[in-house]
Amino acid sequence: MKSLIILIGFIIFISLAVSQTAFAANNTVTMLLEKYQSEGAHQFDANKGKSMWQEQHIQKKTGKSVSCSTCHTSDLRKTGSHIRTGKLIEAMSANINPERFQDAKKIEKWFKRNCKWTWGRECSAQEKGDFLTFFNLNK
Amino acid sequence: MKQKRFWGTILLFGCISLSMATLAWSDGWEWGESDEHEERGFMQQTAGVPPVINKAYKNECSACHFAYPAGFLPKRSWVKIMTTLDDHFGENAELDDETMNDITTYLSTHAADQTPNRFSRSITRSIADKSVPLRITETNYFLHKHREIPKRMVQGNIKVRSFSNCLSCHTGASEGSFGEDSVHIPGYGRWED
Repeated sequence: MKSLIILIGFIIFISLAVSQTAFAANNTVTMLLEKYQSEGAHQFDANKGKSMWQEQHIQKKTGKSVSCSTCHTSDLRKTGSHIRTGKLIEAMSANINPERFQDAKKIEKWFKRNCKWTWGRECSAQEKGDFLTFFNLNK
Repeated sequence: MKQKRFWGTILLFGCISLSMATLAWSDGWEWGESDEHEERGFMQQTAGVPPVINKAYKNECSACHFAYPAGFLPKRSWVKIMTTLDDHFGENAELDDETMNDITTYLSTHAADQTPNRFSRSITRSIADKSVPLRITETNYFLHKHREIPKRMVQGNIKVRSFSNCLSCHTGASEGSFGEDSVHIPGYGRWED
């Protein structure tokens, strides 16, 4: 009997912890989306994010045609790898890697780096919001 | 007779210490050093630098590659690297200003030409005053130390690929230990010259 109570207590604790994490992730994304809207973005569109993910751009320095999917693959649930360094890149889907979406500073850092690397410029608030919606809708 | 033996012994020891000093000098190493982390015996080569202690540097930089010890490049090199992060060997590795300043300060104050570490001094000496190397692997000291390693063990070794991957062979690299005794080349084993 005693062990049963402990077990139930444990299950409640775990589920609370899990929901807490999910909530925190959600919170960060919601907060960012609100911020992007305050910067002039309109309704976000996951489909737009999906098509931008495949959009090919010529890198000025290398002359290569690249897109987000060049390194991340076109399937958000798959592990990608960097075309030059070979570094493994964990799946982008929030369903598989929810911890990717818990730190606003980190999200902004990678948007800045990767938009500039891939597109040769920073992404707009609208584009970042569309991407984030795309990553999180794929649950 | 006793007197003769005494002077003979003195002379013998003199010769031994002189030859050892020459050996140490020619190899570019300094001997018998001990540091804060580890007591090293007399006659043992020092091949250690202080391990990386800055949290931001560890987190940010080793997200992509080995966090190279600050004591491997002079201050001027680190400053140049940190001010050109938008094109970091072909990658964009930009940071927010706060993190960037934190890391730059750490690297600058622990740089090869700023620390009394003997290993770092050897590296500094191998770099011309006006040159600003951006790669540790370009310094004469590094080239000299790895001159006997055949290409097949590094570039031709799928588990190593590049001299930039310190940790592939220097098993104690994360702790700042680069001594020959902790070298293990994947597929080839220990390295001794």
